[in-house]
Amino acid sequence: MSSLRFTEQALSDWMRCGGSHSEIVISSRMRIARNLEHLPFPLLASAEQSEEVLKQLAPVFQGEAASNFGSFQLLKLDELDELDKKVLVEKHLISPNLANDSRGGAVILNEDESVSIMINEEDHLRIQCLFPGLQVREAWVRATAIDDIFEGSVNYAFDDRRGYLTSCPTNVGTGLRASVMVHLPALVMTHQINRILSAVNQVGLTVRGIYGEGSEAVGNIFQISNQITLGQTENEIIENLHSVVTQIIEHERNARERLLADSALRITDRIKRSYGILSYAAVMELKESAQRLSDLRLGVDLGILEGPSISVLNELNVKTQPGFLQKMFGDEMTATERDMYRAKLLRETLGSQH
Amino acid sequence: MLCQECGVKPATLHFTKIVNGEKTEFHICESCAREKGELIPGTAGGFSIHSLLSGLLDLEGAGKEKNAAAQTVQGLRCENCGMTYSQFSKLGRFGCSSCYKYFDSTLDPLFRRVHGSTAHVGKLPKRAGAQIMCKRKIDELKQELQQSIVEEEFETAAELRDQIRKLEKEMPQE
Ligand SMILES: [Zn+2]
Ligand SMILES: [Zn+2]
Repeated sequence: MSSLRFTEQALSDWMRCGGSHSEIVISSRMRIARNLEHLPFPLLASAEQSEEVLKQLAPVFQGEAASNFGSFQLLKLDELDELDKKVLVEKHLISPNLANDSRGGAVILNEDESVSIMINEEDHLRIQCLFPGLQVREAWVRATAIDDIFEGSVNYAFDDRRGYLTSCPTNVGTGLRASVMVHLPALVMTHQINRILSAVNQVGLTVRGIYGEGSEAVGNIFQISNQITLGQTENEIIENLHSVVTQIIEHERNARERLLADSALRITDRIKRSYGILSYAAVMELKESAQRLSDLRLGVDLGILEGPSISVLNELNVKTQPGFLQKMFGDEMTATERDMYRAKLLRETLGSQH
Repeated sequence: MLCQECGVKPATLHFTKIVNGEKTEFHICESCAREKGELIPGTAGGFSIHSLLSGLLDLEGAGKEKNAAAQTVQGLRCENCGMTYSQFSKLGRFGCSSCYKYFDSTLDPLFRRVHGSTAHVGKLPKRAGAQIMCKRKIDELKQELQQSIVEEEFETAAELRDQIRKLEKEMPQE
């Protein structure tokens, strides 16, 4: 199972090219939740019913209609080993929920991993599109096109008044969760982040750590997404998110300029120290590496560092996660060993660039 | 933003809880959430967002007077999947799409709290969608028809009646 293509590389192909504002916006993601008529939601479905859901949904993307979006491969979760599942979660290709509780669970991935279709997660169907940089509109166009293909073959649970019916009341209506991952070190450093985030909350958006609800906002990376799915059109949701993120980018840019103007020496020192530590340390905890990689990303954007490229930094953000380290250096690892191998990986990637 | 429990770690779980129309924001870190017994989504068997939601749902029945209406609500049951309203309010999730029909009388206040709205205005599925659009159009015309009869504009009324008949014939079937 270790030959699984999707878990061999840290970086999905889509992450290699930037998209707009890629120095601040890491990625844009659309997720659409859908369910089939008549069958109970995964929460209550029997093994046979989950199998039936898979049987109805899986062939849709082997069909011709889907070939515009590349060729797709179906992975059944109960046929994957634990480590591969962990890596798929770290790459944001599946949710922790699907990895942990996967009765009849499956994921359909396209070659460049920009489309990930989860089956039997909290809902029967969750279509996810991930684009680099700020591309919420583009990601929506693809997600809704894929939705149309499924809708051409199966009957969705839909209600005239309530819209698309979902397992959780927080997703009903559009079933759309649109989110953008942003790197905001200067707003954190200048203590403006709280004010910004509470403003974001007030316009119906939520902010989370990068690995979802249950994880910390490591390395100054935040995920901003819509909270409301009922009573707004998809377009309103997307335009609202787009406009709020555009304003946040503006604030982050201003904060970066002010940092450079007011405390260039201090910030340069901090960034270069982080580069030094990442290039030479023998032990490195995840939290510290995330923070120092964040410094590097800022350094590259401010012109204080020439390398590494944003793509290498994106790659390191994924590769320094526990699952990926184990995938690269050995299945069984204590926390201390992970910190050692993380440091080794960072030294080898960044040290050689001096 | 720091965790409001320990004030040390960054808050990574953000909730908005609305109790009796009063909005409370709630920001805590992962370890405090664990300590408080709020399970973390994505880890073994639990989710705090749903326990919070179920807090919202319980408000419907509890509190106020335990009157007959509240009893009736608690007794609601989805005939398709068997989920009861009290199960639904504990889990914070529906069992199947028919639950929406069986619990309908309780959903408007919930959706208003969560979304600020009760009705979908977004995308329609193509097949069912065409039918829905058609139904909406017919309803609109019927209202106009009523109006024109009241106003004794019988020529307009006759035109409208023909239009409605035509649409009813053309209505796409599911
Ligand atoms: Zn705390
Ligand atoms: Zn039901």
